[in-house]
Amino acid sequence: MNFSQAFKLAVKSLRTSKMRAFLTMLGIVIGVAAVIVIISLGHGMEGMMNQQFDKLGANLIQVRIYGAGDGSTRTVSPEDLYALAKKYPQYISGVSPYVISQTKVRFNGEDYQHTSIYGVSEILFNSDKGHTIDGESLREGRFLQYIDVSRHQNVCVVGTFLADQVLGGDALGKTLSIGGVPYTVIGVLNKSADSAEGSQDDQLYIPYSNAIRINAAAAADKAAAAGITGGTGGTYSVDGYLVTSTDRNTAAAAKGLIENRLFRTFQDTDAYFVVTASEMMDSMNAMVGTMMVVLVAIAAISLLVGGIGIMNIMLVSVTERTREIGIRKSLGAKRRDIRSQFIIEAGTTSAIGGLLGILLGILLASAAGMAIGGYMSAQMGGGTFNAVPTPAAIGVSFGVSVGIGILFGYLPANKAAKLNPIDALRYE
Amino acid sequence: MGHLIEFRDVYKIYQMGTEAVHALDGVSLAIDQGEFVAIVGQSGSGKSTAMNIIGCLDVPTSGSYHLEGIDVSTLDDDQQAVIRNKLLGFVFQQYNLIPKLNVLENVELPLLYAGLPAGERRQRAVQALERVSLADKIRNLPSQLSGGQQQRVSIARALAGHPSVILADEPTGALDSHTGREVLGFLQKLNAEGDTVVLITHDNSIAVRAKRIVRLQDGRVIYDGDASDPRAVVQPADSGAGADAGEVRI
Repeated sequence: MNFSQAFKLAVKSLRTSKMRAFLTMLGIVIGVAAVIVIISLGHGMEGMMNQQFDKLGANLIQVRIYGAGDGSTRTVSPEDLYALAKKYPQYISGVSPYVISQTKVRFNGEDYQHTSIYGVSEILFNSDKGHTIDGESLREGRFLQYIDVSRHQNVCVVGTFLADQVLGGDALGKTLSIGGVPYTVIGVLNKSADSAEGSQDDQLYIPYSNAIRINAAAAADKAAAAGITGGTGGTYSVDGYLVTSTDRNTAAAAKGLIENRLFRTFQDTDAYFVVTASEMMDSMNAMVGTMMVVLVAIAAISLLVGGIGIMNIMLVSVTERTREIGIRKSLGAKRRDIRSQFIIEAGTTSAIGGLLGILLGILLASAAGMAIGGYMSAQMGGGTFNAVPTPAAIGVSFGVSVGIGILFGYLPANKAAKLNPIDALRYE
Repeated sequence: MGHLIEFRDVYKIYQMGTEAVHALDGVSLAIDQGEFVAIVGQSGSGKSTAMNIIGCLDVPTSGSYHLEGIDVSTLDDDQQAVIRNKLLGFVFQQYNLIPKLNVLENVELPLLYAGLPAGERRQRAVQALERVSLADKIRNLPSQLSGGQQQRVSIARALAGHPSVILADEPTGALDSHTGREVLGFLQKLNAEGDTVVLITHDNSIAVRAKRIVRLQDGRVIYDGDASDPRAVVQPADSGAGADAGEVRI
């Protein structure tokens, strides 16, 4: 008995009882569809994240400085890293220090505690691309310039919360108080979240040199309040750097250079942390991947249940067709012939179930993609959400469903193959 | 070497609880190429057991069975399947066609298990159907045919593999007497054309259409000889089961 004969026979017997065949397949259909939907959505999310990273620049390297932690004042100044960039222009294309300032913004007698204040340099803004290293663009005005940073100018670039909610829309040229010092708004960023207080839109940029001064002053105040006199509050430096490598392929080399330079100063790898965008992307992708594996494993339980359903119905089918098995054996069918007939029948059932599941899964995934794509896009600040399964996912889920049919079809098929021909022929 | 079918002191013993039932109790029998033999007996005589053993569906408890010189009693399941496929053609009382398959596909089945290519399968199946005058019904399902036609399909199926022996188990049992005669006529025709036919029946009126009768009772051969001999159709009085409808007594 060859395969195509057995396959035709399997299709024939599925056709004679369509309802039963459909219900038998349903477990596989649901399981495969669930797997396809999960993989499609995960794939879409991964794609969206990758777009984000591409936009930010795959060449971005974040450097965080913690300090040696032993009370020493050793540090790496912006000038040190500028020198490094100058020395290796083939690897490092830009360095912007950043300082997180712990003070608050005041306007019209009201404090805004949730505003994030970043001290940065003009290099943060790439005027060729029209956005900052971390992807923000200007709605109006201009970004910080070299002269602002070198001269400690009291100017700031604000997010939409401050511009629209606090300053009332027409923000350019207005003055805010930061750490008690008046700053003039020279630029407004585009909205990247929902413009609410404390959101990503509640932020402002000032020259990093100014931010260092603000932090030093705040620490001195604190020290004075605590009764320590004569202290300057230590040396205040930057919290970290945003560095860009010349392109995505030189990011790893640039990271190595920066780490070497930092180690030379600190002699301690715990004093700093350097991470490239592609490393961050890898770890995000790994996270999404792990999540997908867990979800797919849960969906696979449905495949298992579907397999048991197939086994059950095949056992019924073997009993119903005992006489047919007897006839076939009397005509010279070997055990192997009978076994392969039933295994192919089970495999065909689950293969058709798998195909239906793949179709259903693609439909559901694209529907879900359309429904949540816009929301995802708004949440992650742009990018398109494309919920389509990978060809590998389709291939594997089809293969798995056929495999389940064969696996769970084996026991009933073997039972059929072992029937005694005399008893089988006499079976009513 | 010589006989097509040869039983040597065949016993078949079933254990029914504590009692051993001798379905065949030392049967020796030889059938040659080209014969038309009826194995007759009442129910419980052992004729079904004899047919199962001849048909390689069962093996003797002791003694030996040779088919074309092959000692079948020593073969395993799959080897027996090959013997059934190559050397035997079955015709059953209930036709035993597979209802989902059409006439042609049913007749092709033994050829399929023999591993013949599709073209040859079809050609030989059509030839066999021509021999039973059903070549015009090859696309019909069994359920669309009359009982007599279905039995002819099963004869065609038995013929398709060019077997050494056609083994007919009560082939007229489910048919009316007219159709039954027609089917018997086919078997006689096949025998006239050279095929070996072994007919199993309880019915003397059918058995006498064969050339030779082997009568079984309680697992033993009580008559083996020419069908035209009056003693061939004598059912001994001590059988206790009473006379069958078609039985002739003298």
